[in-house]
Amino acid sequence: MESVELSRYLTMLTLSVHVIFATVGVGVPIMITIAHWLGLKRQDEHYLLLAKRWARGYVISVAVGVVTGTAIALQLALLWPRFMEFAGQLVALPLFMETFAFFFEAIFLGIYLYTWNRFKNPKHHFYLLAPVVLGSAMSALFITSVNAFMNVPQGFTLIGGQLTNIQPLVAMFNPAMPTKVAHVLTSAYMTTAFILASIAAYHLLKGNRHEYHRKALALTMKIALIFSIATALVGDLSGKYLAEYQPEKLAAAEWHFETEGEAPLVLYGVLTEKNEVKYAFKIPYALSILVHSNPFGVVTGLNDIPKEYHPPYEIHYFFDIMVTIGIWLTFLSLVYFIALWRNWSFIKTKIFRILLVTSGPLAMIAIEAGWWFTEVGRQPWIMRGFMQTAEGATDSPHVGIMFVAFAVLYLILLIGTAVVLTRMFKKNPVELELEKDSIEQRSVAK
Amino acid sequence: MTLEVIGISVLWLFLFGYVIVASIDFGAGFFNASTIVTRKHHIVNSVIQRYLSPVWEITNVFLVFFFVGMIGFFPKTAYYFGTVLLVPISISIILLALRGSYYAFGTYGTKGHVGYTLMYGVTGVLIPASLSTALIVSQGGFIRETPTGGIELDFLSLFTSPFAWSIVALSLVSVLFISASFLAYYSSVAEDIEALNLFRRYTWIWSFPTIVTAMGIIIEMKWHNPTHYEGMLSLWWLFALSLVCFIASLWLLKKRHYGRSFIFVVLQFAIAFYAYGVSRYPYLLYPNLTIYDGFTNETMAYALITAFVFGFMLLIPSLYLVFKLFIMNKPYIQKRNS
Ligand code: HDD
Ligand code: HEM
Ligand code: HEM
Repeated sequence: MESVELSRYLTMLTLSVHVIFATVGVGVPIMITIAHWLGLKRQDEHYLLLAKRWARGYVISVAVGVVTGTAIALQLALLWPRFMEFAGQLVALPLFMETFAFFFEAIFLGIYLYTWNRFKNPKHHFYLLAPVVLGSAMSALFITSVNAFMNVPQGFTLIGGQLTNIQPLVAMFNPAMPTKVAHVLTSAYMTTAFILASIAAYHLLKGNRHEYHRKALALTMKIALIFSIATALVGDLSGKYLAEYQPEKLAAAEWHFETEGEAPLVLYGVLTEKNEVKYAFKIPYALSILVHSNPFGVVTGLNDIPKEYHPPYEIHYFFDIMVTIGIWLTFLSLVYFIALWRNWSFIKTKIFRILLVTSGPLAMIAIEAGWWFTEVGRQPWIMRGFMQTAEGATDSPHVGIMFVAFAVLYLILLIGTAVVLTRMFKKNPVELELEKDSIEQRSVAK
Repeated sequence: MTLEVIGISVLWLFLFGYVIVASIDFGAGFFNASTIVTRKHHIVNSVIQRYLSPVWEITNVFLVFFFVGMIGFFPKTAYYFGTVLLVPISISIILLALRGSYYAFGTYGTKGHVGYTLMYGVTGVLIPASLSTALIVSQGGFIRETPTGGIELDFLSLFTSPFAWSIVALSLVSVLFISASFLAYYSSVAEDIEALNLFRRYTWIWSFPTIVTAMGIIIEMKWHNPTHYEGMLSLWWLFALSLVCFIASLWLLKKRHYGRSFIFVVLQFAIAFYAYGVSRYPYLLYPNLTIYDGFTNETMAYALITAFVFGFMLLIPSLYLVFKLFIMNKPYIQKRNS
């Protein structure tokens, strides 16, 4: 295999691992903030304990997020030296600021963790969360703007291979950025809410009847519903963005060959050798509506795009997976919400709880699918219109062995994280911790 | 001062910051593990744990700042260093990843597993060794052109070069020296006499190898890179000043002024580090790349410097807070000893 391909696989591997922790890293601070705030407002120790326990698990995930993030940041230069040499002149600013944002977040997270009960006014301790939430969101914003830039490079003029007229802010605030950042943030909040809901549902499924888990489930599912809807809405805007700036990606995702109006949304199915769509599920007019908010809007097809710029057609499946999971999870959280409100009891059945347990992993799969869709859909470009992926890659013959080494590393990290997190919470169950806290409180009251 | 010089000075500052904080951290990990073997672990454990817990992420960020800034200010380094350093830096990443995550697992998760501690110690010495290859390669002589017009690392000459091994040796002994000196000070603040005595002894033990290897490297430079050697000679007074600081630090150690002794250790390294940096001006990579031909465009340079200034105004107060709350907070440091 060529080192280009291997570099792509290694990048893919590292980012796919990093995004798990990055998503949780962006999402959990908001969940902690909400729980902590409810705890203070309602004087409810269950919510306070939620905040405490989530924060404790979060540290582990941040640690692995930091090391995988460091890996990808270095690998960008190691695997794509030509690309970084070129892009470094244009997007170094957001890359640099990401580090600051993260630093800011990490410092306040550390302080927050180690200062429970050290402030006279508990509100001051709560305020420490603001920089954590802000820092993680800014981290995501900066890094996503770099990725958006790769999709729609702008803010410079290229004359005879020379870069001139460089405007870092224009490069950063490119047309892909608003929808991308918004979609990444909402989907991270949504996914984290479902993951935490899965955990609560798991305890209930195992027969634990404690109030704590019920409150956790109700809270996280409500947040999940809000962000699922937001994610779908922003996803719709992302589709409109694609139609305007990267029509080839949208057309490949939809197996849309002829430029035409009244275009249907194609879900699932297979593509024959002759590029015929078979066994697919078609929603009439839906693609035109997605793109133009108008059932008759004309959507550019692949036949009007030079063949060498077609992205791989497999991205269709990644798009399907993401959208299907998105719709399903919105539905699931909506049903849960209505049932909670109307006091329907089927949400307490085993089956429904099993569905809830699967929601977190499903949301994470949607994140992976979404990224694979945009990243593979950018091929053959690394910087759309300016540099092809093959031009950016290293020619080192050692990428293959490095791939193996990193694969082993990530396996160890993933297993380690799973083992440590389960052990950490099993050893210190909620009941025990609540008891300890109340004993402490009583001794303080005396 | 030109923009290029401002850029490289900022980066050099980050790198120096990393060298100091990381040395303390790597060395602490090493002492923590080696004392298990020598059965003195109970003495050092509490001091090391207290120090390590809140700061490990901060250490890593210094490194990230350095190389992200490097690519920002000098994008061409991405091409040269990125291409040739794939293997050594990947090894560093893997070791850093194991170290960071297993530290977190061991500290926040399941407490006190010997395996974690040993891993932490071993990676603490391997990481400086593998990271120092970047510095070694930048001295020139280890990169060759491929038939296709690309560049690659000449592993054979790297592994057989006494010069390269001396730099590796220096990185190792200085890690242990800096770390021991800091931990001696830290235990004195914690009023942990036993740990203090041990770390004071370690500081003495590692001080002489540090100065001997450092001088050895200066001499070897004469054969390896005569241009750089000339540059160093013209700055001899700075290196002499660094030596004076070294002697002062040992003298203060003897007089039991641990804080001041550590400050002189930092000064010693700071002066030598900057003297080394200035003496290689303007080369980023001998002889291919100077700070002038590798520099980014002016607009980006101003943007980065602005971001840096604002970022710093945000960071200094927060770092100060960490410092007050954890590192130099007497009740906090002493808590577990009582
Ligand atoms: C929980 C995760 C999740 C869910 C449920 C959805 N998405 Fe998504 N989607 C992502 C997570 C995601 C992502 C991982 O965050 C991506 C990858 C890159 C990006 O910008 O966001 C993404 C990208 C992405 C793109 C490509 C943007 C680009 O290339 O610039 C489009 C068009 C959509 N999504 C559209 C949708 C629609 C119409 C959804 C309907 C429900 C949807 N997404 C649900
Ligand atoms: C859009 C996808 C990404 C998101 C949302 C994201 C977000 C995050 C978050 C939240 C963290 C902190 C760790 C945590 O809290 O768990 C983190 C760490 C990190 N990420 Fe990412 N990241 C993404 C992709 C990348 C990429 C492509 C790079 C490489 C340039 C990168 C570089 C880093 C680095 C270097 C760290 C460690 C921070 C440090 O030590 O300074 N991330 N990322
Ligand atoms: C964190 C979530 C992300 C995931 C899961 C992800 C996934 C992928 C995948 C699957 C590829 C391989 C595409 C192919 O070769 O067919 C890829 C390539 C790449 N990605 Fe991402 N990506 C993410 C975010 C980012 C971000 C934020 C950046 C920019 C800073 C980035 C930069 C790159 C680069 C430089 C390549 C290699 C060039 C290429 O194949 O076009 N990625 N990524």
